[in-house]
Amino acid sequence: MRHRLIALALITLAPLPALAQSKPAGDIASQAEQIFRGSFRDDNPAYWMKRLDQDETMRLCSQFKDNPPARVRHKIEKAEMASIRYPVDGKLIGDWKEGEKLAAVGTGGHIGFIQPDPPGRVRGGNCYACHQLAKKEVAYGTIGPSLQHFGKLRGNTEQIIKYTYDKIYNSNAFTACTNMPRFGLHNWLTPEQITHIVAFLVDPESPVNKD
Amino acid sequence: MSARLRAALAVVGLGLASMAMAQGSTMDEIARYREMLADGNPAELLELKGESLWKTPRGPKNASLEQCDMGLGPGKLDGAYAQLPRYFADTRKVMDVESRLVHCMVSLQGFKYEDVTRQWFSRPGQESEIEALVTYIGGKSNGMKIDVPARHPEEARMAKMGEYIFYRRSGPQDFSCAICHGQDDKRIRLQELGNLTTRAGAGVAMSTWPSYRVSQGAVWTMQRRLIDCMRQARWPEPKYLSDSVIALQVYLQKTASGTVMQTPGIKR
Repeated sequence: MRHRLIALALITLAPLPALAQSKPAGDIASQAEQIFRGSFRDDNPAYWMKRLDQDETMRLCSQFKDNPPARVRHKIEKAEMASIRYPVDGKLIGDWKEGEKLAAVGTGGHIGFIQPDPPGRVRGGNCYACHQLAKKEVAYGTIGPSLQHFGKLRGNTEQIIKYTYDKIYNSNAFTACTNMPRFGLHNWLTPEQITHIVAFLVDPESPVNKD
Repeated sequence: MSARLRAALAVVGLGLASMAMAQGSTMDEIARYREMLADGNPAELLELKGESLWKTPRGPKNASLEQCDMGLGPGKLDGAYAQLPRYFADTRKVMDVESRLVHCMVSLQGFKYEDVTRQWFSRPGQESEIEALVTYIGGKSNGMKIDVPARHPEEARMAKMGEYIFYRRSGPQDFSCAICHGQDDKRIRLQELGNLTTRAGAGVAMSTWPSYRVSQGAVWTMQRRLIDCMRQARWPEPKYLSDSVIALQVYLQKTASGTVMQTPGIKR
């Protein structure tokens, strides 16, 4: 009972920002969570603030600095694999020309008051931020591996197509805590958009493979 | 900055962008650009303006900032920036250069907090006094080593929280600071990324802010830089001078300690 009262008292004190720095040292993670969440402007709408919520995977990846032990890694990969959803018509390969456009678009999803994206702005996959793809695009990043000749090297069997779709939909199903976003899980890209990017990667006519 | 200088810079910026595309290394081009501007980094004008703002009696109390204690004692500015953020006994808070500066403008000059911070960064046609003052204060640490050992328990706690925030993943792209700034020799598009978990990487970053940003046509402070990182992460907008931004700075300055300050920098 007494512990419960103390806990209640702490909860009551917790949200006061003036106290954020003067709390006695304790669990760094819980203090840091409190400071982090208290650091955002009060006029951020609640639906923006929800972006700070962590699912179990985000929480574990943060805790282990993106390098979880094998047991945790397997747990994450299994749970993420189960999250993958497919287009209604079951077709996993779309139009590579649409995929090419999506791979280059890096805008969308920026919020805040200083420089938000205009409402309704298209969200792309922004693949070139991190990957080399078509030969003609020289402004590519290197955070992820080069995907030039992706289909040429791997073929375009049903198995490869499914792997490619799954990887874009939920990268963590294969590599827990990878830098790559979970595009499908977050509805950042629709299943249909993902099929276009799959085509861009595996279609022999796509500049990723042809050039 | 004059419209002519701004226009000239824009042209140089465009030229640079195409050269970078052709030649691959953005950093080489920026290094060359820095050389070209060695006699006239636009931020130096701001440094002069900052000096005048520091020394002129202003505000309801008609006082200058010359008695402001940035951590080394009232009026002692040489090396102060390189040793911030730090714990201040009078406010019982770990403060960065900007939060301490605002504290002085409020307590010494009598300005209202809301008035001083309203224009915490510049927009085209609207200059920011804070940017000018921080540029001036930054220049007073040039040639000195960043020295934030975070030995005070409050500083040590903030460094740990900064590290926690650095690795904290959230948002619709699963981002954290670490995914872009946790490895050596990576690029996003053509922009080279520093590994902020190492002394070398954090040193390059931290020793050159405040920095003139060519793409923005303005000097950015470290608060502005970090708040924009959070925008890029697709998170909501932090408050200016918030504790998480200060905690990140303690973590980064601690990691960068030993690197020699060279401000104002010039960045993409």
